[in-house]
Amino acid sequence: MHPVPPPLIRIENLTLGYDRHPAVHHLNGDIPAGALVAVIGPNGAGKSTLLKGLAGELRPIGGRILMPTLPPGALAYLPQRGEIDHSFPVSVFDVVAMGLWREVGAFGGLSRAQRQRVRDALAAVGLSGFESRPIGSLSGGQLQRARFARLILQDAPLILLDEPFAAIDSRTVDDLVQLILDWHREGRTVLTVVHDLEQVRRHFPTSLLLSREPVAFGPTAQVLTPKMLARARRLSEAFDEDAPECHIELPEGSAPAESEPQVHQHGHGHEPPEHNHRH
Amino acid sequence: MIEFLVSPFTDFAFMRRALAGCLALALGATPVGVFLLLRRMSLMGDAMSHAILPGAALGYLAFGLSLGAMTVGGIVAGLVVVLAAGLVTRASVLKEDASLAAFYLLSLAAGVMIVSLRGRNLDLLHVLFGSVLALDDGSLLLIASIATVTLFCLALLFRPLVMECFDPAFLRGVSRWSPVAHYGFLMLVVLNLVSGFHALGTLMAVGIMILPSAAARLWAKGLPMLLALAVLFAFASGVTGLLLSFHADVPAGPAIVLVCGVVYFISLLAAPGGLLVGRLPVRHHLKS
Repeated sequence: MHPVPPPLIRIENLTLGYDRHPAVHHLNGDIPAGALVAVIGPNGAGKSTLLKGLAGELRPIGGRILMPTLPPGALAYLPQRGEIDHSFPVSVFDVVAMGLWREVGAFGGLSRAQRQRVRDALAAVGLSGFESRPIGSLSGGQLQRARFARLILQDAPLILLDEPFAAIDSRTVDDLVQLILDWHREGRTVLTVVHDLEQVRRHFPTSLLLSREPVAFGPTAQVLTPKMLARARRLSEAFDEDAPECHIELPEGSAPAESEPQVHQHGHGHEPPEHNHRH
Repeated sequence: MIEFLVSPFTDFAFMRRALAGCLALALGATPVGVFLLLRRMSLMGDAMSHAILPGAALGYLAFGLSLGAMTVGGIVAGLVVVLAAGLVTRASVLKEDASLAAFYLLSLAAGVMIVSLRGRNLDLLHVLFGSVLALDDGSLLLIASIATVTLFCLALLFRPLVMECFDPAFLRGVSRWSPVAHYGFLMLVVLNLVSGFHALGTLMAVGIMILPSAAARLWAKGLPMLLALAVLFAFASGVTGLLLSFHADVPAGPAIVLVCGVVYFISLLAAPGGLLVGRLPVRHHLKS
């Protein structure tokens, strides 16, 4: 078969957090290209924080993330709730077509073929016929389908999904899981925050169990053991407001992230007023 | 009747200038107002309109009633307040509304102080309430140029701006356009406020931006329709306000804004997005 592929993402002693409190603490690991990884762990375990860090929305406090082979902009990130303004007067078609940004940019028009691809993406998520509906008229599940259609058009080799199945009915979840499995078959790398362990066992070959500290990372069957899960629960409980400073350092590779230009090409943009990362 | 509507404009040059000024404002300032509305920044537009006062007043203090000095002063003051508020927002715990409020209140107080130090009350009235019926060539050219620049910039920024309003996180993820769209838009707001203040004064410049936009939002489902309708409402209100001012001998600026208000209230009552329609019983709903 294929030779062993180089890692798409290399995480070196990564610490991410808010106000110096780590939410992801000293994480190490390689994620190979084409992996389908479930990120699991109790609430507050740093799952969303890790994805934010990978997406470049959050600058590491320590350590670094390397994605040497990934071209800039080749990463699609679906935040948990997004900042979508539901009352904005745009149609479902327009929203999904935003996924073509990398091809059309700020000024390009949509070709006939691209329009057809938008319609195909809508059909793939089961939203045919919704093209001209205002985005605000969609239900929660339909909106999530539309966001997945946009992801399809983004055509990214690395896809980060933050709890894509939260508050979504089971039929929609099944459809969306199928899409994720299709992406996996196409060789894309997908990291998904999931809560339903049954789902993880059934569909995700690799799991990363987080509890601020990394608990386990590897084949799902070896990660989702009662012992590991109990350890994750124990670790996540304490959040000490006056925690002492952490001085664990790896002997090398713990340079601050800003000295490492290939960490991320984006995420240096400004943040609008309604967005605040301090939760 | 036609005489009543047309002859003020055919007989008097100052009315024609005012009409041209209203058209330019409707074309330039109102689309900016639509985006202010959609970005939930209506009140910030109001705050910023006050913020340009001290700059205009300083220009006036230094050079007298000079169009150029007051315009440049207004633009500079507006940009300083926008940037300072943006800086405070990102570097402190204050949200944008609070930091902007702080800066514009200080700015307004400083402006009134400066004007009253040297000027006569009449000048203050001129700055506060504008003079759409006394637009000279320079002012008219300025308003028209700003409208032209605005339309070009909006056309260039349109897609990033819509995405910045609708889903800023997504825009940040796929491109670096987010700050360009945000600050570019704020600059357009300042420019149009300055243009509006020559015609309607600092206090009412926002009126022709926000009121027609709010009225149009009640009718339109899509963005192109919304923009077109807002421009139409603004221009119609301008014409009506000017005629009202001419025949009833009332000040033109407030008349225009009040007519915008009438359009808004009618829309509020009659439009599909307004107060009444949602409350009427539905006789036949659709099958799906």
